[in-house]
Amino acid sequence: MKNYHSLAEIRRDMEEGLLNCEALVRHYLKNIEEKNSQLNVFVSVYADEALQRAREVDEKIKAGTAGKLAGLVVGIKDVICYQDHPLQAASKILDGFVSQFSATVVERLLAEDAIIIGRQNCDEFAMGSSNENSVYGPTRNAADPERVPGGSSGASAVAVQADMCQLSIGSDTGGSVRQPAAFCGVIGLKPTYSRISRWGLIAYASSFDCIGLIGKSPEDIALTLEVVAGADEHDSTVSQRPVPAYAAYLQREDAPKYRIACLREGIENEAIAPAIRQTMQESIEKLRKQGHEVEIIDFPILQYILPTYYILTTAEASSNLARYDGVRYGYRSPQASDLESLYKKTRSEGFGREVKRRIILGTFVLSADYYDAYYTKAQRVRRIIKEQTDKLFEQYDFLLTPTTPDTAFPLGSFQDDPVKMYLADLFTVQANVAGVPAISIPAGKDEKGLPIGIQFIANRFEEEKLLKISRSLL
Amino acid sequence: MMKLEEVLKKYEPVIGLEVHAQLKTRSKAFAPEEAVYGALPNTSVSVVTLAHPGVLPKVNKRTFDFAIKMGLACGSQITEYNFFDRKNYFYPDLPKGYQISQDKTPICRGGAIHIKLPDGTTKAIGITRIHIEEDAGKSMHIEGEEESFVDFNRAGVPLIEIVSEPDIRSADEAYAYLVEIRKLVRYLDICDGNMEEGSLRCDVNVSIRPRGSERFGTRVEVKNLNSFGNVKRAIEFEIVRQAELIERGESFVQETRMFNAETGQTYSLRTKESLNDYRYFPEPDLTPVYVTQEWIERIQAEMPPLPWELFDKFTKEYGLSEYDAEVLTSERDIALYYDEACQYTKEYKAVANWISVQVKAYLNELAYTIDEFPLKPKAIADLVNLIAEGKITHNIASKQLYPLMLENPDIEPEALAQQHQLIVNTNTDELLGIVKEVIARFPDKVEEYKNGKKGLLGMFMGQVMRATQGKADPKLATRLLQEELERL
Repeated sequence: MKNYHSLAEIRRDMEEGLLNCEALVRHYLKNIEEKNSQLNVFVSVYADEALQRAREVDEKIKAGTAGKLAGLVVGIKDVICYQDHPLQAASKILDGFVSQFSATVVERLLAEDAIIIGRQNCDEFAMGSSNENSVYGPTRNAADPERVPGGSSGASAVAVQADMCQLSIGSDTGGSVRQPAAFCGVIGLKPTYSRISRWGLIAYASSFDCIGLIGKSPEDIALTLEVVAGADEHDSTVSQRPVPAYAAYLQREDAPKYRIACLREGIENEAIAPAIRQTMQESIEKLRKQGHEVEIIDFPILQYILPTYYILTTAEASSNLARYDGVRYGYRSPQASDLESLYKKTRSEGFGREVKRRIILGTFVLSADYYDAYYTKAQRVRRIIKEQTDKLFEQYDFLLTPTTPDTAFPLGSFQDDPVKMYLADLFTVQANVAGVPAISIPAGKDEKGLPIGIQFIANRFEEEKLLKISRSLL
Repeated sequence: MMKLEEVLKKYEPVIGLEVHAQLKTRSKAFAPEEAVYGALPNTSVSVVTLAHPGVLPKVNKRTFDFAIKMGLACGSQITEYNFFDRKNYFYPDLPKGYQISQDKTPICRGGAIHIKLPDGTTKAIGITRIHIEEDAGKSMHIEGEEESFVDFNRAGVPLIEIVSEPDIRSADEAYAYLVEIRKLVRYLDICDGNMEEGSLRCDVNVSIRPRGSERFGTRVEVKNLNSFGNVKRAIEFEIVRQAELIERGESFVQETRMFNAETGQTYSLRTKESLNDYRYFPEPDLTPVYVTQEWIERIQAEMPPLPWELFDKFTKEYGLSEYDAEVLTSERDIALYYDEACQYTKEYKAVANWISVQVKAYLNELAYTIDEFPLKPKAIADLVNLIAEGKITHNIASKQLYPLMLENPDIEPEALAQQHQLIVNTNTDELLGIVKEVIARFPDKVEEYKNGKKGLLGMFMGQVMRATQGKADPKLATRLLQEELERL
């Protein structure tokens, strides 16, 4: 069966009687069966369930009662709750946990007849940039299985890359959807903070966390975003703004001319891989040819973004992960003999190294003696970054950057140097710190044939513009 | 051990109270399920309360309504811009590993609670702040069980913490302050105010200083006080303990101590536990709550009459003594019952007495609240009016009519009295006949009366009353008796 580029293609073939949902699900199941043992993408495959639902959706399609997403087969990252299905955040500490409710995203997908095919590997609690921090072992990049797929939604990107599903629901706290999308040559959208309800998304850093979408086409992402975004009674931080008809907007034939700011760092800094700088130059030329205005700019506080991000996200994480204590669910150390050892042993044994590193860091920056020096200061810097980002968007429609400083790296490269690994997020964290939407789209390949992604960042709630410009380049 | 009285001669205690009041909202503070008391363990718990992965809190606005009520009653400033903070610590009864609280923006600031001192004057105890937070679950250590258990029914139930200024100067003042708080939360109907059941909880901060000194001494916090009496005992114990340390020249540190109700003593917690760093930071899962002027006005309009307002009304409008007013206003529903009864009579004092004595006796005997009392306030007013109008004697009212009313709450008291022929007999002809009969039966007594033994009139009255089963109008009977005896 062919690798469908978009749901529209799938639906077209279905209408022509060349395809039905059941056959489609079987196709993905076959791909999963063939590739999963090597790539380690899905940690649960809901084969029977997906087939059952496929048959139901086929009936609905025949009856003309099918929802907007009928024919869309989706994989979900292991940080998204799906009632009566396992949920572990790729961590030992949630050993054996089964979610008792579904995330709003999942509810809305199902209500529009999407089919959920399985649960995807990721970095533990979405902390990491390589998908190596997982109790299930690392996920591998389909472009080169000796290399990482990026993280933390690494497997979600590979699933789309390797056609194991049409679209993945990931999460993006500092680039976790865009960086793996870039490494795997697919599209990754992180919407505006608060655009999609976080109900049912395992929290890493609440004021940064976003559900993100990984797909093959801007159209699929537009349609899915339209379905899952918007007000939700379970999440008081979610935006009450009406959800635009992204898909219809994308189909309009108009071609607005945009003003684009390109980050000088992204094309001139020697630390950026030459192939990526080259791709950036090519993209700029292409954009100019299309009639857009591109200016090279400096963002003077760029160097403060990463430290700000790590101080604030670890602070929130240290608190968000306090609930995993072995008392009510998940893993409990069998060595525990009293309350203190229950906590210490359970958490020491249940969490992986990176998670523990961040919990300790976050606890430290919130501790009384260092609070002002780190947490308070970082909060202040975050406000400045937001203001500067806002100011930028008074003048420009987009900020253009490479998604990553380098292409996918070999497994194990940064196991002993977490700070170097953190640099992989250099360009992606700004959108999370400022709460604005950003998209990574494939823009070429390097000399090793590894995918390169470029990133557009836009102003709050301008997802449709991001999708529009993405389509013009793809 | 030093005597408290001796200590108090030399040292002045400085006391502040932190009172936690569990709010009677229907659902929890940030979770959808019901807030229940006394249900089977872990039967009112949602995934939110159990802190399952992926859940988010949501503010129950009623919590704010209740807290604002308390603030308005105390004359506090109501905070417009409210955000929440996380107070982080590990304990098995704290499912999230943090408590959602208001650290930086308490809903109420300032205001006061007025207490009555034994000399009859009142004293204002300042309120520092009132803030909203959520309760923890309950750890249960069952005798003989190797493991401990946790009940999360209480986890997430809304609380307000009322923090007083260090204005309290004795254990008795602390006691009076607590009585006022309890009375107030019950008037406002925001909390059961039951310390034994834990719906009202209190921690005290105690320090002492030499009389005349302006400087505060080292402060000690005492926890685990589950009754008003224990609050008093703990404070008195601390005052003496601290004085002894000072007298011996020993210094002591600011710490948290627990009260042991069996020994009446306080003991130190390990310093490790008392030196908790709560790592407060703003709760990112909740948006700020803006309390608008309209919101405050809505609550203002819903405010029930407050105890001191009723006290003033009862003393000034109804002319009750301060003592009577105090007794009647100690419970809101009794006070409101009385107030309603006063709409139907001018016999304010008599109604007050009837409620304080006969009604309360009935309630106490059956352990009823006034809601369960069968008679409407108007019935009591009617009863008192019947006595005042001379239609029924007090004695008959209390011994016969009132019990009948309790059994027939739907019948008007006067109609009931008529049915049972309890109305005073004012028929002169009929009475005169009875008077004559009585006089005819006691010729020797008449003789003695005639000879000046006027005290015998009482004996004759007794006979008339017996003959009429107490229904003779006493004034009329007396007049007729006198006239008849003189005439002879």
